[in-house]
Amino acid sequence: MSYAKLSRDEIAKRIAQDIPEGAYVNLGIGMPTLVGNHLPKDREIFLHSENGILGMGPAPAKGEEDADLINAGKEPVTLLTGGAFFHHTDSFAMMRGGHLDIAVLGAFQVSVSGDLANWHSGGDAIPAVGGAMDLAVGARSVWVMMEHVTKSGEPKIVPRCTYPITGIGVVKRIYTDLAVIEVTPRGLTASRLVRGLSFDELEQLTGTPLLLSETRNAA
Amino acid sequence: MVDKLSPSVEAALADVRDGATILVGGFGGSGVPEELVDALIAQGAKDLTIVNNNAGNGEVGIAALFKAGRIRKLICSYPRQVDSHHFQEAYRAGKVELELVPQGTLSERMRAAGAGIGAFYTPTGYGTDLAKGKETRVIDGRGQVLEYPLHGDFALVKAERGDRWGNLVYRKGARNYGPTMASAAKVAIAQVYEVVPLGGLDPEHIVTPGIFVTRVVKVPRKQARIPSGGVTQGVSRAAAGR
Repeated sequence: MSYAKLSRDEIAKRIAQDIPEGAYVNLGIGMPTLVGNHLPKDREIFLHSENGILGMGPAPAKGEEDADLINAGKEPVTLLTGGAFFHHTDSFAMMRGGHLDIAVLGAFQVSVSGDLANWHSGGDAIPAVGGAMDLAVGARSVWVMMEHVTKSGEPKIVPRCTYPITGIGVVKRIYTDLAVIEVTPRGLTASRLVRGLSFDELEQLTGTPLLLSETRNAA
Repeated sequence: MVDKLSPSVEAALADVRDGATILVGGFGGSGVPEELVDALIAQGAKDLTIVNNNAGNGEVGIAALFKAGRIRKLICSYPRQVDSHHFQEAYRAGKVELELVPQGTLSERMRAAGAGIGAFYTPTGYGTDLAKGKETRVIDGRGQVLEYPLHGDFALVKAERGDRWGNLVYRKGARNYGPTMASAAKVAIAQVYEVVPLGGLDPEHIVTPGIFVTRVVKVPRKQARIPSGGVTQGVSRAAAGR
């Protein structure tokens, strides 16, 4: 049977739909930034940025960019009416202190127990961590947004991370281009498989056994 | 009369000596005290330990300090931006030591320094390579890492407006590390675009009270630089705020 993978924007849209009104949310740099483009217009959601911004708005119009108003990826953003600025230490207190509801992060690997590897590809690369470890331990829910497998087809959901880890047991939910996977004490539980993809096919593409959610096709 | 105003960036930096630890504000290009960093290059101090979120961009600022071989050690959280090539060359050549610190731990270590805290436990980094060799403890069922304060000999910060008592306000995201770094250094030097008379800052809105600030120096306002692109698209010279 043939199936169609979700595009990055389609994954972003799924995630955006799952963010409730009033949530304080940090979108990691790279792919998760796309989620901001799909937030439902009828919900008030607060986007947080490491550098000291709550209430980030969309990218500014050309010519309206402000060098002092950038997101964690150093891209120009805007501030919503009612937004706030604060200093770095307060910004990380918001994370570590458990005030942030959701962090959406990219990942190299996620383990069956929710370990996250997303800061260092190992080898010769110059190590850089930024706020990844603070978000991983601080946000109440860490959601990962990633392709289900690597470009060469290797599973990114693994029994044990082989890349250096960012945090132990921190991931709650994984959104991939094939399904949504909850990290639960019973094991990884799949739901919302893309149309045409069977559970057996999904499990074959995953580096670890899966459970099938009773609400497999929910939303 | 107390007057913390320095006549020039050169005068403000005159007592920086070799081997100093210097906290430099800024996140990417936002909030970088560019004129103070430029003056530090001209000042000539070497064997510096620089604390900054990043590792310099392009050819100027902290990148130029690397190019000039003035930095012995960098303490930072994210040195891998695409145009941090002067750091990367120095690092790969073994000419500079790197201490990589999670961003919130970096900030909190300086807060601890400014607040007189002896050390603190944080869950950030527990069980990772960045906690190797550090003391840990399980508190309330959570693994935590013992981290020590990070003091500076000098802090160089960029604020928007200040007065002769050293009170400061910032502009938008440029605030970032400024208030924390000012509190964590023996000598905190703030560059501002505007000096106002005492009372010119609303006391309810002062972000960094003058007790944390040693010197204030006015610099000319430059034409706003427009960020274009970021980490993922490649950081341009403009995005680096220089």
